[in-house]
Amino acid sequence: MEENAFYVALSLLVNLDASLYQIVVLSLQVSLLAVLIAAILGFPLGAAVALWQFPGRGGVIVLLNALMGLPPVVAGLGVYLLLSRAGPLGELGLLFTPGAMVIAQVVLVLPILAALSRQKVEELLGEYREQFVSLGMSRARMMPTLLWDARFALLTVLLAGFGRASAEVGAVMMVGGNIDGVTRVMTTAIVLETSKGALPLALGLGIVLLTLVMVINATAYILGEMAKRRMG
Amino acid sequence: MTSLNVPLNNSIPLSAPPSLRFENVEFSPFGNRLFGPSSFTLDGPGPTLIMGPNGSGKSLLLRLAHGLLTPTAGAVSWSGDNAPRQAMVFQTPVLLRRSALANLRHALAVNNVPRKLRTTLALKALARFGLSSCANTPARVMSGGEKQRLALARAWSLSPAVLFLDEPTSALDPAAIKAVETAVQEFHDRGTRIVMTTHDLHQARRLAGDVLFLSGGQVQEHTPAKVFFDTPASQQAQAFVTGELVA
Repeated sequence: MEENAFYVALSLLVNLDASLYQIVVLSLQVSLLAVLIAAILGFPLGAAVALWQFPGRGGVIVLLNALMGLPPVVAGLGVYLLLSRAGPLGELGLLFTPGAMVIAQVVLVLPILAALSRQKVEELLGEYREQFVSLGMSRARMMPTLLWDARFALLTVLLAGFGRASAEVGAVMMVGGNIDGVTRVMTTAIVLETSKGALPLALGLGIVLLTLVMVINATAYILGEMAKRRMG
Repeated sequence: MTSLNVPLNNSIPLSAPPSLRFENVEFSPFGNRLFGPSSFTLDGPGPTLIMGPNGSGKSLLLRLAHGLLTPTAGAVSWSGDNAPRQAMVFQTPVLLRRSALANLRHALAVNNVPRKLRTTLALKALARFGLSSCANTPARVMSGGEKQRLALARAWSLSPAVLFLDEPTSALDPAAIKAVETAVQEFHDRGTRIVMTTHDLHQARRLAGDVLFLSGGQVQEHTPAKVFFDTPASQQAQAFVTGELVA
């Protein structure tokens, strides 16, 4: 019975295992903070690319789209080099801290939020453009209006970004180091338990992770649908 | 308070509506001539109704006049030193995904109306167009007629000196058409220059002070409404007025 993964997952949750609790909280903190930072940077970036015409705009769009598929280990390597003692930001001493993991996840999530919000904002701009010009709005003034009016679509974009952040393991493993009690998150813990042969525990952690992601998605979906129905 | 773009009272904005001049205006994107070259002046009392078959350039003329499109040749100019305050009501009203009230507040905000005055002005405009009860209704779930009235209320709240309307009633039922026409008349009475396109001859007869008749991207005639309807000069206009199907 103890070898059953569902039983392990359930007992982990029911017993409010202290180390599991810590891992879950850190996972959520890192991923949510990364998504928040990526949204603050990525949504205006996406909207700006949608709004302004400039030389090389096509290149920027292709780059953003391509970076959506950036392998996490490559992002991890880049951030590792940046933050390592000899690297340009080595002074900050961020390597193997949760801060480094947030940075790595921002690098992974930012292109997704920027590329998808660019698309959504551009669609909306097509609908609104003449009215905006008629109202005498500058491009800079159009940006907040478009981002607000695209809020339901952007919520889905945000979830895609959160999915990427919470699911990846390569980058946080490289820059975080999977240090017990400091930088161990759900995905790195699963990798570790699997390599130790503790498969039920690994699977149990996996079930907990999946459940968390589902709960967050369901909440966002319900909120979005309710708001959409109200706003038409 | 001095640099307001919008007067705070909804009184008559000016003594005489500003006049609009087209000088050899042409619109030929990629060398493909869609409008003009055309010269005319709108300086009568109006309202000016722009008529003509589909594809004759009615909407292009409005967009060139309003500045949504830039002429490829020629010039659009206004009387006075600066272009007057303008608003446009589109065939399909473009409304933000917010409440009716928030739509008006947004329009006032982008026109630099101080925050504390916006709600008052917006509610006044909503009341004027019979939309008080819809203030908190999301604009996009309103009926077609309500949406067009909201677009008119938005224009009204900005106190434009010139109002362009691009077939504002083509998708509406008679009651809603009546509401729009009444609103247009109120704008006109307030001293706003009205430039409006329509397909509807009866509507043009009801509203027009002068008629600009277009065909094939060219202004065929520009005459007082009575002259246009009684004795149209061009052959196309004659056919149009008598209800023949002009191609």
